[in-house]
Amino acid sequence: METEKTGRERKVSEVSRDQRDARKKGDGAAPGDGLTLGMKIQDLSAFYGSFKAVTDVSIDIQANKVTALIGPSGCGKSTFIRCLNRMHEVIPGARAEGHVMLGEQDIYAKTSDPVVIRRRVGMVFQKPNPFSKSIYENVAWGARINGYRGDMDELVERSLKHAALWEEVKDRLKESGHGLSGGQQQRLCIARTLAVEPEVILMDEPASALDPVSTQKIEDTMDQLKQDYTVVIVTHNMQQAARISDYTGFFYIENMGDPGQLWEFDETEKMFSNPERKETEDYVTGRFG
Amino acid sequence: MAQGSTKVERQTGGAGGPDFKASMATRYGLDRAFTVLVTVASLVGIAVLAVLLVDVIRDGSTMLSLEFLASFPSQIFPENGGIYPALIGSVWLLGLTALISVPLGLGAAVYLEEYAEDKRINRIIEINISNLAGVPSVIYGLLGLGIFVQLLAPVTGGGSVLTGALTLSLLILPVIIVATREALRAIPGAIREGGYALGATKWEVIWSHLLPMALPGALTGIILALSRAIGEAAPILVVGVSLYQTYATAGPFDGYMALPTQIYDWISRPQQIFQDSAAAGIVVAMAVLLLANSFAIWLRNRYQQRS
Repeated sequence: METEKTGRERKVSEVSRDQRDARKKGDGAAPGDGLTLGMKIQDLSAFYGSFKAVTDVSIDIQANKVTALIGPSGCGKSTFIRCLNRMHEVIPGARAEGHVMLGEQDIYAKTSDPVVIRRRVGMVFQKPNPFSKSIYENVAWGARINGYRGDMDELVERSLKHAALWEEVKDRLKESGHGLSGGQQQRLCIARTLAVEPEVILMDEPASALDPVSTQKIEDTMDQLKQDYTVVIVTHNMQQAARISDYTGFFYIENMGDPGQLWEFDETEKMFSNPERKETEDYVTGRFG
Repeated sequence: MAQGSTKVERQTGGAGGPDFKASMATRYGLDRAFTVLVTVASLVGIAVLAVLLVDVIRDGSTMLSLEFLASFPSQIFPENGGIYPALIGSVWLLGLTALISVPLGLGAAVYLEEYAEDKRINRIIEINISNLAGVPSVIYGLLGLGIFVQLLAPVTGGGSVLTGALTLSLLILPVIIVATREALRAIPGAIREGGYALGATKWEVIWSHLLPMALPGALTGIILALSRAIGEAAPILVVGVSLYQTYATAGPFDGYMALPTQIYDWISRPQQIFQDSAAAGIVVAMAVLLLANSFAIWLRNRYQQRS
């Protein structure tokens, strides 16, 4: 539980580059000690019952970068991202095969506890899903069940600030999270994810249900987030992928009924200007999908 | 141009272009007819209840007093008799039944909805529970007689108020389970996923989110079920309710009288004074029911506001 302890000590928002570098060098830090970790995915396949939805994806998710996953509908992006924090298996009959290394730990190893993994690899969903509780409780709940011992008020404020929601809700923290607008609800969901101090944040089309102004705010938030976290985002919006991501993965299904696969993966700039494969180019230039 | 023509059509009462030929008079006519129909439907229930209320209050008014509430029934001086032991017995029944059936019902519903995998045995349990809701109440009484009065006599004390409450709990469990399951099923899966994604265990998600969200719906079922339990005479007659006793129930292992059986006893006697006592008893029974329901509704609204 070393990671949990140190994760708690870490400040969500105030860790500057320098501080992190200092920590990297000194004080005998254990692996995964609050430094942001990347993920190494090896031969990951995902199934729904006997149906193979995603096949043999191998990919390195870089720490402190935003990695975007794009591709046509139904090609397995969402299924894939749900495998990265073991949320895929929550669906009855669903399972994944392969290896996902979070730092030194294979999250699919027998000894890995999905409940612990999900705290370390947070997730924001497509549709905002705030709990039926107050704004304050929405943020505090996850931290509380994970045994947060620090100043809860401070954590809630810090998390809401980091999700760019604090100014809008600071005077009504006791009100229900359902009273917020869609965009505010989604930022509330980001804040509650930040409050458990994960190392990686997965976002499954976080802005697809939102208006352009809210989308803008979420994108701004993401730019901030990558200073402290590794971010993986699934998006249908190619401009969004181009704007916010450092790396882009293109998922594609060659023939109907085949499982989705990672067709091409590279730095975002290259993917959008000079991709290796024709299908990628067709997709990013809007010729299909 | 197009705009102009629709305007003309509207003024002449037609809608849309030449292919749309509905008569607005007919459509609004149906609209009004339906409104009248549903209003009448709801008034029938209210009217019957009102007539019943007026009738029993009129008949019972001669007997109804604080003294009636605080006295034991009497065959020798029926005009001084009262409903005290039956009232206390019914309150005990109601409380114990709620204590037993609510946690069991919620628990079973949570298991079936959140834990049970779709296996054969679980589907058989499900079908059985739905069917149990339709079993005549006297059958539950016979079941209670076999299990709680005879088999478990050392635990329940035979025909005690606890036995009565256990029997009534069996009777209403299916209703509570079905209502709670419906309420749980109505909660979007996204809430569960949101919880798991923060590193919550299943129990943490159920306790913090699902149960509070399901509670208003579950309470509706609990209100209906407990109302039914308090009004039942048949099952408790089988498991040993007293038609007369000289003391008021003071503990779970005591004997007990109950409002419906007391009313039944009075009403089966020909003298006018007993008929009036029965009417007064009905008023008391309805008051208890209303009080219990108001409490449950207040509880439900409190939870709905919080969520």
